[in-house]
Amino acid sequence: MPMSRQLTLKISLFLLVLAGILGPQMGFTQDHHIDSDEKDLTEEGYDPTNTTLHHISDQNVYSLGFAQIPLPMILYAPEDGLKMFSSGKFGIGHHGNGHYAVDRYVLVEGVVRRITDKSFPGGKVALEDHPYTFQTESKEDGADAEVVYLSHNGNTYRLDNKSTLDGGVLGGGLTSFYDFSITKNIVTMVVAMLLLLWVFLKSARRYKDNPLQAPKGIQSFLEPIFIFIRDEVAKPFLGAAYLKYLPFLMTLFFLILTLNFIGQIPFIGNPNVTGNLTFTLALAFVTFIVVNINGTKAYWQHTFWMPGVPTFVKPIMSVVEFIGLFLKPIVLTLRLAANITAGHIMIVIFVSLLFIFNNAGQNMAGSAPGLLLSSVLAMFMMALEIIVSLVQAFVFTILSASYIGAAIEEAH
Amino acid sequence: MTGSIAAIGAGIAVIGASFGIGWIGSKAMESIARQPEAVNDIRSNMILMAALVEGVALIAIVLSIFLT
Repeated sequence: MPMSRQLTLKISLFLLVLAGILGPQMGFTQDHHIDSDEKDLTEEGYDPTNTTLHHISDQNVYSLGFAQIPLPMILYAPEDGLKMFSSGKFGIGHHGNGHYAVDRYVLVEGVVRRITDKSFPGGKVALEDHPYTFQTESKEDGADAEVVYLSHNGNTYRLDNKSTLDGGVLGGGLTSFYDFSITKNIVTMVVAMLLLLWVFLKSARRYKDNPLQAPKGIQSFLEPIFIFIRDEVAKPFLGAAYLKYLPFLMTLFFLILTLNFIGQIPFIGNPNVTGNLTFTLALAFVTFIVVNINGTKAYWQHTFWMPGVPTFVKPIMSVVEFIGLFLKPIVLTLRLAANITAGHIMIVIFVSLLFIFNNAGQNMAGSAPGLLLSSVLAMFMMALEIIVSLVQAFVFTILSASYIGAAIEEAH
Repeated sequence: MTGSIAAIGAGIAVIGASFGIGWIGSKAMESIARQPEAVNDIRSNMILMAALVEGVALIAIVLSIFLT
């Protein structure tokens, strides 16, 4: 049958591409062994945990197969001032490890870190081969943290991570410098934004010019989705006032959907934007603002002095409702980020099976079952992730709509 | 054996959520069988409820991982 032969051809092409592009990227070829830095290939073999964390994190370089596209760095350290340069200045090698230190900043696995020791020379300094060592250290509160050390001219320097706003809850906190760079995630966001602008302005112009004609091209792809969200999300939850909130809900849905899909396209870097807690926190914060600015008198009364319950229950209810006010956006944040990150981790782990089976290229007999297993499972997971991308974009929109709907509801 | 207690906590949270989402799914299927014309309303409400149950499980998982 020609149909199934075509399918077989496509699958074998996919396997070839997978082996050809992903292999060198993740430590498959012999050449890569010599140049490979640090942790992915230690004496014990391949380390899937580190590879996974490396692949889901935000980076200061955009890796496209073999190419490492440099991105602008905007760094601020209180003691050093503002520094702006291209991350190409680091001389990015495999795994996003820099070959140079620039003004006491170094690039380790695609992420910028800073040398706190002032005795290290400023300007562009060439580093040795394999200069980075990773150590796990216990902090004062008992939690383990990974610290990177740089060895240079016989000395070891401790490297500081960039500051994060989590207050230490997720293992970060304020450090000696802040990173405001245009990272991989931001580039992806801009790309998604331009794509959406182009596509929607194009179809909007057509609706304006020929309102009575049948949709054509990209318009016929967008119209059913748009009408689905309007009829299944906006109208049932928001009632008569739905038109006021429709642009917000559509922006949420299409932005999340586009970024989810961009993250799922193989071989273009798989940016994990919607799996980034900061990004989803920003989205949930906007929802929080929209909900509480539009809250009616009845909404605030139900929050702080619930009518219709005995008086002694009212203070307890208001405490619970007040916590719920902040818990809703926090859960929105966590749900989207956790779902998308889990999908990315699963795909990387399934691809990693190949390198676990062939022991990072040492045992070629293990490659065949590893390639079969990892490609089949990764393809299955990608198919599942397309559904998850749609469902999570829909869930974020429908929950935002239901929170807004509860806030603008009149007393009854 | 570091982190094993956190893994057990995450596992228990997932058991709870799986019961919840399974229940929602089974009841939604039943309702669709009873009233096939209401399938659109039932579907969006099913996804909404599943998302709420999932949110509780995610809080438990995140707490068990990060606050050990």
